[in-house]
Amino acid sequence: MSDILAGSKTTGAAPSDGLAVLESQRSTAETFGIPLAVLAELTHRCPLQCPYCSNPIELDRAGRELTTEEWKKVLSELAEIGVLQIHFSGGEPTARKDLVELVQHATDVGLYSNLITSAVLLTKERLSALADAGLCHVQISFQGNEPMVADRVAGLKNAHEKKIEAAKWTRELDLPLTVNAVMHRQNLHQLSDIIQMAVDLDADRLEVANVQYYGWALKNRAALMPTIEQIEETSRIVEEAAVRLKGILAIDYVVPDYYALRPKKCMGGWGRQFFNISPAGKVLPCHAAESITGLDFESVRSNHSIAWIWQNSDAFNRYRGIGWMKEPCKSCEFREIDFGGCRCQAFALTGDAANTDPACALSPLHETIFKQAEREAEGETNRFLYRNFAGGTLESENGA
Amino acid sequence: MAASRNISVSEASRPKLPRHTRLKFDETRQVWVILAPERVLAPDEIAVEVLQLCDGARSVGDMADQLAAKYAAPREAILTDVIAMLQDLADKGFLTELREKTS
Repeated sequence: MSDILAGSKTTGAAPSDGLAVLESQRSTAETFGIPLAVLAELTHRCPLQCPYCSNPIELDRAGRELTTEEWKKVLSELAEIGVLQIHFSGGEPTARKDLVELVQHATDVGLYSNLITSAVLLTKERLSALADAGLCHVQISFQGNEPMVADRVAGLKNAHEKKIEAAKWTRELDLPLTVNAVMHRQNLHQLSDIIQMAVDLDADRLEVANVQYYGWALKNRAALMPTIEQIEETSRIVEEAAVRLKGILAIDYVVPDYYALRPKKCMGGWGRQFFNISPAGKVLPCHAAESITGLDFESVRSNHSIAWIWQNSDAFNRYRGIGWMKEPCKSCEFREIDFGGCRCQAFALTGDAANTDPACALSPLHETIFKQAEREAEGETNRFLYRNFAGGTLESENGA
Repeated sequence: MAASRNISVSEASRPKLPRHTRLKFDETRQVWVILAPERVLAPDEIAVEVLQLCDGARSVGDMADQLAAKYAAPREAILTDVIAMLQDLADKGFLTELREKTS
């Protein structure tokens, strides 16, 4: 039995990507079978202000969001072309008043639905309504294991307490729970306690996800970058826990690529097994793709079908396969293993998305950027730039 | 409360797929899949056959009897394979079992 979806996000922790199941011997454009899972970013609105938010700096305002009917049409189309799972995400998906209706529609058209939430807006009644509508799985993000650190990172008072409550309701409703813990220099010391918290909450899965540095996180890199010692300790803790908790808590571990020698196979390769739909309806190869300027992303509001956009649009084909590569990727023996890393990171750090991701030791910029990160990790800068629609707000000197 | 953890699959177990794990035929790709939280598993033919028997009523022993008769194969070998496969699935959290109510 093979796991054909694991690692379809940026995790790179995939045991296997199952492309054998998806690829066929047809034309180049048709080679890339429709992804098994799609991320639906229903809104960019969110009560939290996490400084590493994966949303773009330029957030979609509420007025641009797809309507209920538009999302329903998207869900029907996704199911029709062979998508099996839908991840309702954001921003904060529960900020959409029509979430129950959308989950019900996903169920009606045969999609397996996951809710990726901060949970602070949930009530027990609403969660129960979502379960009745056929919701299959809940993933709740945690910023720490106690309110002092967690509420400060989230930029919201009492957030942690509400999350704990919502996690308990999730299990009372017999929904499987994933705890997602985004880790960085200012909360890595809590990792052992976070693992125990996940066990105590009766979670099925724990994602230990080190921050990936694009968008908001890149702006906050000096405040978030862990030290090498922290990363070594993290790996040790995760490995020990994974063995100890086998059969009780599955742990997915996302390593911080700045401290790797080889880049991650981001999204399983550009346009190979994943796309997401932004609040305004853009079909994107990854949730950060809009940070790459010069690419024109097609919308579900256009005259094209989603399948056409996936197979034929310029943005998806631009970095597919290996034809676009420059040296050192072009002649690299690993070019079809990691596809040169992450295009968004390459763009953010080198100005050209077709360059090798500097996370790769073969990138001419690797050494410089790694040294800079190392200096930042040892630095004194702990103030966050909080994520919001105003382009960010700097944390006050004394916190909050 | 929730699905049991740390299940040890034996001949007497009566496993079933929990509510959030779905065995489904994928019409687009013409393969059987198991849908689970953020996972899509591709069970092979034998696994599909076994999973279709996991209804929470049949024991693993019953399944082995049934499969041994159907394929005219040695029951012990089948039982070993079925237990190994189900244990793997249980370790991943995709299998639960009915237990006698204790309260």
